[in-house]
Amino acid sequence: MDKSIDDIRAEALESLATITDSETLAEWRGQHLGRRGAVAMLFRNIGSTPAEERAAFGKQVNALRGELDRAFDERAALIERQQLARDLESDEIDITLPAHPNRRGGLHPSTRTHREFQQIWADMGFQVYRSREVEADDFNFTLLNLPPHHPARDMQDTFYTSDPRVLLRTHTSPGQIRAMRELGDNGSKPIRVILPGMCYRQEQVTARSEIQFTQVEGLAIGRNIRMSDLKGTIAEFAKRMYQPDARVRFRASYFPFTEPSMEVDVECFLCGGKGCRVCKYSGWLEIAGSGMVHPDVLRNGGYDPTKWSGFAFGMGPERITMLKHGIQDIRYFWGNDLRFLRQF
Amino acid sequence: MLVPISWLRDFVDIDIPVELLAERLTLAGLEVAQLRYIGVPQQHPPGLRQPTSNHLVWERDKLLLGRICEVRAHPNADRLVLAMVDYGADELEQCVTGAPNLFPYKDQGVINPPIWSAFAREGATVWDGHSEKPRKMTLKGRELRGIYNKSMVCSEKELGISDEHEGVIILEHDKHYAAGMPFADVLGDVVLDIEFTPNLARCFSMIGVAREVAALLDKPLRYPSCNFLAEGAPISEQVAVDIREPELNPRFTLTLLRDCQVRQSPFWLQHRLKLIGQRPRNNIVDITNYITFELGQPLHAFDYDELRNRAGGTPTIITRLPQPGEKLETLDAVVRELNDDTILVADTAGALALGGVMGGGETEISDRTHNVLLEAAAWNNISIRKTIREQRIHTEASTRFSRGVHPSQAILGGARGIELMRQLGGGTVAQGVLDAYPKPPPTVTVALPIARVTKLLGMEVSLDLAADVLRRLEFAVRIDGDIIHATAPDHRLDISADPAVGQADLLEEIARIVGYDRIPETIMADEMPPQRENAPLLIEERIRDNLVGQGLYEVINYRFTSAQTEARLLPDNAVSSLPDADYVTIANPASSERDVLRHTLLGNMLENAVNNARYNKAQQVFELGNVYLKKDDLLPEEPLQLGILLMGARHADWWGRGESPDMDFYDLKGVLESLLHALHISEFAFQRGTHSSLHPGRSADLLIAGERAGSFGELHPQVAQRVKLTAAKVIIGEFAVAPMIEHARRLHDIAPLPTQPAVLEDIALVVRADLPASEVEAVIRQAGGRLLKDVALFDIYTGDPVPPGKKSLAYALTYQDETRTLTDKNAARIRKKIIGAARHRLNAELRA
Ligand SMILES: [Zn+2]
Repeated sequence: MDKSIDDIRAEALESLATITDSETLAEWRGQHLGRRGAVAMLFRNIGSTPAEERAAFGKQVNALRGELDRAFDERAALIERQQLARDLESDEIDITLPAHPNRRGGLHPSTRTHREFQQIWADMGFQVYRSREVEADDFNFTLLNLPPHHPARDMQDTFYTSDPRVLLRTHTSPGQIRAMRELGDNGSKPIRVILPGMCYRQEQVTARSEIQFTQVEGLAIGRNIRMSDLKGTIAEFAKRMYQPDARVRFRASYFPFTEPSMEVDVECFLCGGKGCRVCKYSGWLEIAGSGMVHPDVLRNGGYDPTKWSGFAFGMGPERITMLKHGIQDIRYFWGNDLRFLRQF
Repeated sequence: MLVPISWLRDFVDIDIPVELLAERLTLAGLEVAQLRYIGVPQQHPPGLRQPTSNHLVWERDKLLLGRICEVRAHPNADRLVLAMVDYGADELEQCVTGAPNLFPYKDQGVINPPIWSAFAREGATVWDGHSEKPRKMTLKGRELRGIYNKSMVCSEKELGISDEHEGVIILEHDKHYAAGMPFADVLGDVVLDIEFTPNLARCFSMIGVAREVAALLDKPLRYPSCNFLAEGAPISEQVAVDIREPELNPRFTLTLLRDCQVRQSPFWLQHRLKLIGQRPRNNIVDITNYITFELGQPLHAFDYDELRNRAGGTPTIITRLPQPGEKLETLDAVVRELNDDTILVADTAGALALGGVMGGGETEISDRTHNVLLEAAAWNNISIRKTIREQRIHTEASTRFSRGVHPSQAILGGARGIELMRQLGGGTVAQGVLDAYPKPPPTVTVALPIARVTKLLGMEVSLDLAADVLRRLEFAVRIDGDIIHATAPDHRLDISADPAVGQADLLEEIARIVGYDRIPETIMADEMPPQRENAPLLIEERIRDNLVGQGLYEVINYRFTSAQTEARLLPDNAVSSLPDADYVTIANPASSERDVLRHTLLGNMLENAVNNARYNKAQQVFELGNVYLKKDDLLPEEPLQLGILLMGARHADWWGRGESPDMDFYDLKGVLESLLHALHISEFAFQRGTHSSLHPGRSADLLIAGERAGSFGELHPQVAQRVKLTAAKVIIGEFAVAPMIEHARRLHDIAPLPTQPAVLEDIALVVRADLPASEVEAVIRQAGGRLLKDVALFDIYTGDPVPPGKKSLAYALTYQDETRTLTDKNAARIRKKIIGAARHRLNAELRA
């Protein structure tokens, strides 16, 4: 025997401790634990060991093999960890490079606001009823209590068509008559609808006014609809649309197709009601026109105004979108500049 | 309308801050848009938010009422004088001033009757009268041409009353004046700018607003006196009235003032007119204006002597319709052609005035006028509206008459007007009022059960409260059990005789004055209508969501366009495939580019593309909107269309990839297939395109259930040239949405997932180069039968070794049986059938 078991152990562990790569490690394994390795040679020597020492010797060699196996496994794991660490380091990418662009798309801001409205009103039992945009003068005005030469016709600059009986609706209100006639069953059924859609007015196009704009109008008809219901319903809408503690106030106003008529203000959500430039330092923003459906309009819809009552309200989604997003120019809406549309 | 609070106080006591009053008026429907402060401080009642005013506040100890006792010459300057001012101190103060309106008093001794002005002491803050821009300055003593001066007499500009800086304020004597009183108590004021909705015609005057204030604050209203001192011969001997159209002119009254002087109005009258934005002229015209604003009853003054001249004796005023071809030259020197339903004021010699709108030049008040005939009349508001629309004139009179002035107001207006004229112009008023009143409006009484108020407001309102509110608004109220019988006051035309409408009218007045804030907020307790599903809307929204998910942006365009814009979509000599319908033509378009409603979405979408191409390498957009097709009916059809436009790079630029190819026909085809798949529309097909605006060889028609539902493809190159969109191919399409809604499936079955493995293999077929790929696929599918699950084209190849005039199409095929595992033998059998059919029916060769 050239070397003692202890020498072999010491030499093997010492050389193992210097190994840092998997190739050398494999070599070491061959030299020490391989078929012709140092441990194998020791096993081969068992036969030539005196019988009385053989058992003890065999035990020692086995112990040595176990010890070197463990040492090898530890070292292998260490080298693998180190290798992984080196690999991870060398595989690093520049996470600040621009992303692989995905195609994005988006709804028009008007559609987004309309959906928000429709969702809230649907939750309150108001369903969408859509009505035509090119209207008969009768439906846009006369049946809504605006006979020819009524002073309130001046409030609305109307686009007429080459046929003077036909115009572009100036509000969604003609849909009230159509909804009552279609859904009211000769004035015998209650109604709760909202009427969204495009409306038109002959105005100078500026940052603040447009010749086309969308409106959402609501209509509730029943045997016991009260003004307090109108207040409660709009207040509920404001809480859902703006903020849970939004306050609203109602101001007397005038619309020919409602009486009494009210403007609805919501506490300015930009300044919390403290007063800012947008709310003209009043703390209030006008969000809707509303009122109790005028008896003549009920009649024109087929209802007996002594037995039925109702309320109606109208809102301008573009204005609300502008307030919410701080948009300064209403012309953005139909300009369809992608640089605008991409921001929603 | 501008409403000075000082003027309102003539009629009603106001014991709350003006800011709160403005708020109360606004909530009651008289919207106060703005407050203009003159000299008095802004108040800040708790809880009220308002913009901060930066006006000049007249310090009560420094800006005083001063009496100008004497004006002396300045010893060293011709263009300056010394005003000797009594401001309550022991000695007169000497102010150096160059005010031209003091020069007439120079060296005239003690001025009598006294004149008064605004006197600013040393240290007072005033506006700099010489500065172009508003600038405040504080008075300091200094030498002016050798005379020390530390105070001044102010102009209106220096006090912020107006821009007037030509002279100093000169007030006529008033028995309430005392030297040294704070000037804020003399001319300090707040002017309310009130916007009136059309239903508030009755409020369009100081008394009208005061009446609302009185009702809101529960204060008595003081009416001005109707009495006038009349010492002349009876008016009935001096003029006659003949109303020919009582419907249009229900009342016409005249009063007459003889031997008066036309001259400048006193300061108070000019000041009030200027506060409300009116330019003073002379006392007679100013009074007609003043009464118009004060009482809401417009007046018109004629030169009586001119009328006598024209009549050659006692004039007769006739109100009538025009004779054929009759013309009238109005005060503004316009010769007006008259419509045959325009009501005129005339005499026997011809037309004098557009009734209720504007007078004529010949009989107007001039400096030479001595005798004034004063008209206070009532006119049909619709007739006046027609006239102002036709003649395009707006006057303070026509504004009021067009909204409706109750005929009862004529007497009050005429009487107060003629008395003021007598006071300010001298002369003698003829006895009596010539009053032609053929058509008094009916008296309206509305019966309102109190239960109805409670039911409709959703709030208990007591009978007493409701009656009290109506009385405050000057209704005559009688209570009969639980029913209020309210008779409308004689200044209102807006209370309806229809029982239901009349009740709504009263309900509004009660709710408005009680305050909308008192009405509770409740949840509707009424029966809920049946809930229905709006299927078309649901599908529309699915279309939007799907296209957004595919990376498209939604656009919404003007519905307006012009026939020329749409004509540009048609290449030369092409037969148009745009809808066969007339345009809805706008009679009063915003511009000639927007004078019809669109027939197609394509025109405006291409305009968008031109704009967006300037800043974007790629565009993917869609629009879902109506087009308008005028056919035989009165109203046009408004079908909903879907437009899609793709243009430019398929992928955005990326550093890890080379430049992207541009989008082409197949991109839009892909968008469309994905959409149709999402809607679960299975019955669709594509065929060669027929749309005139598209490239005939690079476009397709979409068929849904065998019907053409739209077209898409490359924009026709000639159209692209015209609209200047040539940087990249424009891929565009327009589709009818109705067939999508009709054929979209709300419910569809889901196939079970396969449990058996699939066999995959590729085949390449060499076919005629112009053979449509769809035909090859159809043959493969038919031959493959039930077990052929999928056919995917993965390569198209032309060129060596494929012979000229041929192409090679390579397909990946998937075979699968739901019930068993397919063997190679099974697969080979299917393959053989496919190759056989291709050979036989397409003359195809299998490519090695
Ligand atoms: Zn605010």
